[in-house]
Amino acid sequence: MAGNFHVALRKALEGGHLRTGLMTAVAALGLTFAGTAPAAAQESVEILNVSYDPTREFYREYNELFNAWWTAQGNAPVTIQQSHGGAGAQARAVIDGLEATVVTLALSADIDQIAERTGRIPADWQSRLPHNSAPYTSTIVFLVREGNPRGIEDWDDLVAEGVQVITPNPKTSGGARWNFLAVWAYAERNGLDPAEFVGALYRNVPVLDTGARGSTTTFTQRGIGDVLLAWENEAFLALAELGEDAFDIVVPSVSILAEPPVTLVDGNITSDVQRAAAEAYLQHLYSAQAQALALRHYYRAWDTSLADPEDAARFPDLELVTIADFGGWPVVQPEYFGEGGIFDQIYEE
Amino acid sequence: MRAGILRSPSPLPGFGLSFGIMMTMLSIAVLLPIAALLGRGLIIGPADLWDMVNSRRIWAALSLSFRAALIASLFNLVFGLMLAWVLVRYRFWGRRFIDAAVDLPFALPTAVAGIALTALYAPNGVFGQTLVPLGIQVAYTEVGIWVALVFIGLPFVVRTVQPVIEELEPDLEEVSATLGAHRAYTLRRVILPTLTPALLTGFALALARSVGEYGSVIFIAGNIPGVTEIAPLLIVIRLEEYNYDAAAAIGIAMLVISFAMLLAIYAIQIWSRRRIGLV
Repeated sequence: MAGNFHVALRKALEGGHLRTGLMTAVAALGLTFAGTAPAAAQESVEILNVSYDPTREFYREYNELFNAWWTAQGNAPVTIQQSHGGAGAQARAVIDGLEATVVTLALSADIDQIAERTGRIPADWQSRLPHNSAPYTSTIVFLVREGNPRGIEDWDDLVAEGVQVITPNPKTSGGARWNFLAVWAYAERNGLDPAEFVGALYRNVPVLDTGARGSTTTFTQRGIGDVLLAWENEAFLALAELGEDAFDIVVPSVSILAEPPVTLVDGNITSDVQRAAAEAYLQHLYSAQAQALALRHYYRAWDTSLADPEDAARFPDLELVTIADFGGWPVVQPEYFGEGGIFDQIYEE
Repeated sequence: MRAGILRSPSPLPGFGLSFGIMMTMLSIAVLLPIAALLGRGLIIGPADLWDMVNSRRIWAALSLSFRAALIASLFNLVFGLMLAWVLVRYRFWGRRFIDAAVDLPFALPTAVAGIALTALYAPNGVFGQTLVPLGIQVAYTEVGIWVALVFIGLPFVVRTVQPVIEELEPDLEEVSATLGAHRAYTLRRVILPTLTPALLTGFALALARSVGEYGSVIFIAGNIPGVTEIAPLLIVIRLEEYNYDAAAAIGIAMLVISFAMLLAIYAIQIWSRRRIGLV
């Protein structure tokens, strides 16, 4: 069909019927298509990356970075599509049949659910790539209003009378689960009763948004609350977008190492070429260039060799507990965030 | 159903075909999804359904959803009637503009409406700045939920009552006045009875729409469990827990309660029609 169009176009051109600039433009467009046609016929590969909300900007740039590298290796370019939304909703979409080639979600618990419910990902997926399949990490920090009027320095300042804390609902937000566990870890490290401490903190929460971006909006745009519990990358982004003179970042003494993992959805792979491209797409996230890009997007990455020194030096050192310290997501998910779990009990009295 | 209805003669042909198309589309769009939900309920079984719904938190959410919908719809019933009356009976500058604006809540994505209302009523918002110092907190309280539901429900009442008011002859009111009735008496005994069926329909539509509303409420509600957590959010939460059965259970509970409420409204409607003698 495209060939016929091309032939017709050429006949029209040879016949000298095309005179106007508009028609010339159309002809040029037709020639452009004709030029790319052989490459597309060679092997057209598509990848669908199903991700969560705050990675949108990072992956937009990474896709270009990857394609430049991939074609430099002598491969045909890959068409990469991105899908973003709440991590849980995205995982459900994949479970319900969204043909994701790779998933890059907020929690390994979300990917575990896909593996368990569809069988399209092997159970041991997390050991397939370095660092628990988390090419970049983040942590949970505080965003406070300029000058820190409430004098908030650490988690114990958040349970004080009259302090308003903004955090999303751990039931609907993957990021909020990291917040919850960070509070819990602090209480445990300091010999406090974690359930009581976390309960006191949530009693200071006036608004439970459904997602991390919603909470950021409530805090920054609506002027609600004294402190926002935020992904570190979201906090830096808020500073960059809204001005350093409006908010400050406060780093608590203890927080959690948030590991948003990535993996291949094996069951959705349709060809060897696609598999090769998708595997390379994930592995290349660990390359020095991609790691530098992640650092520029305020994620903590492992390889700083090519990063702007300023990007790499941005992240303060703090004590970070890991999800493994809690026994891993398969244990944590039902115990803390399942129906009737520890989070539900806070609101059950 | 009488079979005769299906074969009743009409000057226009094509009833069989259009009936078939209508039933197919209705099944695909409305009946099958609801049947799937109820079917899931049958598989779960009534005892388990009850266990999944019978918790303090779910009752609190259901009660909030239905209470807020009822309050907002009652408000819309009164305010919507007044608005429709003014639009039909009076000519004033900007009438057409207001008439067109009534439909805006239909066109606006509900999430956009929710975000806009939250921005207005938040403590640093245009209305919030005035209201909060007076001790009236709207955003992130039940009042905020009412405001959102009033916004999305208003057109239903206005648009159902408006054509009936247009049909209403001003002569009737004049006759009533010449017979010595006071204005309030005319309103109560002549106008309102005629409008009652349409008012009830508009009320039922607004109520049904408000009960299940998610998009606009979620931003202004605050979503604190047991306080400002609406039932549709609880369904989403159950889905986030991959607990499809429990989500279906809450959905069925809402369906049953809504159905009972609509049935009650239509019963009142039939009763009022019989009493007034209008069909």
